[in-house]
Amino acid sequence: MSLVNFTAREITCKIVYYGPGRSGKTTNLHYVYGRVPESRRGRMVSLATQTDRTLFFDFLPIDLGQISGFTTRFQLYTVPGQVYYNATRRLVLQGADGVVFVADSQARQLDENIESLQNLQANLLDHGVDIRGMPLVLQYNKQDLPRELILTSADLDDALNFRSLPSFPADALHGVGVFETLKSISEQVLKRLSQGTTA
Amino acid sequence: MTTALNPKFTFDSFVVGAANRLAVTAARTVVENPGSAYNPLFIYSGSGLGKTHLLMAIGSQAKKVAPGFNIEYLTLDEYVEAFHAAIAAGQGDAFRRRFQNVDVLLVDDVQFLTGRAEMQTELLRLTEVLQGTGHQIVLTCDRPPGEIAALDERLISRFSGGLVVDMGVPDYETRVAILRRKAEERGAAFQPGVLETVAGADFVNVRELMGALNRLIAYQAVNETPINAEAAKQVLGLASVAAATGGGSADEFAQFVSDVTVTVGKAVEAWRSRVAEAILRWEGEGYRTHRLEALLERDAPAAVDEAITSFVKDVERLKALETEVAALDPQAAGQSIFRDPEHMPEAEEAAARVREGAGPPPAPSPAFPLAQFAAGASNQMAMSAVAAVLAQPGKKYNPLLLVGRSGLGKTHLLNAVGLELAQRRGAIVACLSTQDFVDELIAAIDGNRMDWWRARYRRATALLLDDIHLLAGKERTQEELFNLFNLFLDQERQLVFTAPTPPGAFQGIEPRIASRLGSGLVAELTEPDRDVRRGVAERLLVQLHQPTEAALLDYLADRPVDSVRALTTLVQRVVGAATAKEQPLSAGLAREELEGQAPVGERRRTSGFRTSGIVVSSAGGVRSREKMVWDWPEPSDRVLEESR
Repeated sequence: MSLVNFTAREITCKIVYYGPGRSGKTTNLHYVYGRVPESRRGRMVSLATQTDRTLFFDFLPIDLGQISGFTTRFQLYTVPGQVYYNATRRLVLQGADGVVFVADSQARQLDENIESLQNLQANLLDHGVDIRGMPLVLQYNKQDLPRELILTSADLDDALNFRSLPSFPADALHGVGVFETLKSISEQVLKRLSQGTTA
Repeated sequence: MTTALNPKFTFDSFVVGAANRLAVTAARTVVENPGSAYNPLFIYSGSGLGKTHLLMAIGSQAKKVAPGFNIEYLTLDEYVEAFHAAIAAGQGDAFRRRFQNVDVLLVDDVQFLTGRAEMQTELLRLTEVLQGTGHQIVLTCDRPPGEIAALDERLISRFSGGLVVDMGVPDYETRVAILRRKAEERGAAFQPGVLETVAGADFVNVRELMGALNRLIAYQAVNETPINAEAAKQVLGLASVAAATGGGSADEFAQFVSDVTVTVGKAVEAWRSRVAEAILRWEGEGYRTHRLEALLERDAPAAVDEAITSFVKDVERLKALETEVAALDPQAAGQSIFRDPEHMPEAEEAAARVREGAGPPPAPSPAFPLAQFAAGASNQMAMSAVAAVLAQPGKKYNPLLLVGRSGLGKTHLLNAVGLELAQRRGAIVACLSTQDFVDELIAAIDGNRMDWWRARYRRATALLLDDIHLLAGKERTQEELFNLFNLFLDQERQLVFTAPTPPGAFQGIEPRIASRLGSGLVAELTEPDRDVRRGVAERLLVQLHQPTEAALLDYLADRPVDSVRALTTLVQRVVGAATAKEQPLSAGLAREELEGQAPVGERRRTSGFRTSGIVVSSAGGVRSREKMVWDWPEPSDRVLEESR
């Protein structure tokens, strides 16, 4: 999928929120949804199970309007976190311009985080994409939980962020770090404009 | 009623950044090509981002470029007010006329059209009229046309039909630039870091930014101490704002959009946008921009700026060429070759051609081939002179002057020589009537392009002028011809002229020209002899698709005519008679037509009448009116003719 169409003067960014189940990917999208003026956002499509778990995926289109003469659109997706929905995850990843990895900061979830990150790498590889070439930022969600339950950003960086990617502590429920994360991934994605199109 | 343009709002005082560069480029293009580039130009942006400034800048610049332009700037509210006042005063038509004669119409804040159906209709009509007459319209709004509530669909499509551009919130660097410039304008100096602090703060538009700057200027003036960055933060209440943003302010999305704008600005604007801008600008001026478009197709072209610079250089060169060419030959200037930087060598060549004498000088007419010139004893001398000239152009008889009465075929022979000479390799034959030669010279003097005119004829390898006696009294032409004459003689290039009399009898022509005219060979053409007459008659009949039986040709050749032209008239007459009677042309028919049933009258008419082609019919009326004024022998007959 082409990120930027110079003929039609359009920029379209597909950003996928990835991470283990219950790490807060949909919460991120909900917060963004709440901040976008009604005229600028499409309907948020959320296919959830009865217990509010993402069954298929969430999709939030945002229209940023004209930027430097380009009609700019962001498409935010989440993947279902549960392990057994891998086919869906792979499908959603297809054509992604950037990935936000939402990690669960709870100490007991560390293995799930690592596993999910490895799963991301594998799924990208299935699409022929090297994770090192994909714009990626990490978000350490649930930092508002009691200190004794969570790992600090530094700990999580040690455990997950061995490539020194941008990482953000966040409290997606209250919006802390949500836009910082989105801004960071957008910058990375848009920087590729100068290099032409995405892989 | 109309707001005066604020002289402070010019392009020069407008700080251009990534967020508004497109709009400024479009605005400049519109000023340079009003009514043709983008019409209408629709600029939208949030409040306080410079719409009004840009609109007034267009007005000021347009006034500078074309002082005669009728430029109206007004806000939509003023327009509505003016309309209502006009309607109340019963002056609706005058109101419409006033706006229909505007060259550049600038309307601010058109978002207030919402819910004003009658104004929308009025504006739609005005837009149509102005567009139809090629007058420029520029509109500003705080949102795109499609988002103006309750706006007529037709207006939306009209507004969107030209160019719709937006201006975003300026990025940090632009904000700093704006602050620096405004501080400088106000004569205020700040410690380093102060303006950067202000620029880094969260002001949603330039107007608020200006407000902050004003507060700092006022604070500094009151306290008489230079303010530092920390103090500036406190004065502006930024410290507390920064603390509050942590929890997520309501305008996170706006901030996000602004950040993305900066990023896109850095990434796209970095080079693609500069290219896109150049395309926009030069396309607007009518230049082909394939070269720049090709840059956009590539992933990471090297030396983008050099490419743009070289493109601009080429365009400047084209402009210079076109200006130069326009001065020499206005018609040649319109060529598309001067609008295509892809074909610089061709453009240079075209310009060089124009410079050197452009389109070649007038060529001989192909209607007079030498093969159709009937030769005989009467023009034997001229024919042998022509043969000598054609064998050795410029060497043997130079100049050749063909002398003879009107209608003997001088023009034919002159053009025939020209045609023969033109067949040589590299030959450029100038062959025209002296009258045209004089007219061209006058036009060249008028257009201040004498050099071009001279160059044009100096390139010619042969110069043939018909009716050279018409030079009489044309002193400047004689002067120019004298120079050409010498040049042609020196370089052994052929000169051929025609005149009704030998040069000795010329009146009003300088002796130095007259003597030169006679210095080559003066060949006289006399009344056509029988052979010539027969030949001419045969040629004419063939041309008119008539039978050429010997009896007919002999009969026609025996007619006592004194010029080829008279014979031509005669032949046309008998052919016309045959066609009218629907009979094949024969000697008998010709005799009947020419001698008719009044052979007595025929004899009387022999000398004066035969060239005129006039014949008195049996009914006594005049059947042909050709040449009647000049050749009419009897004044009483002339009165009869005029009263008809």
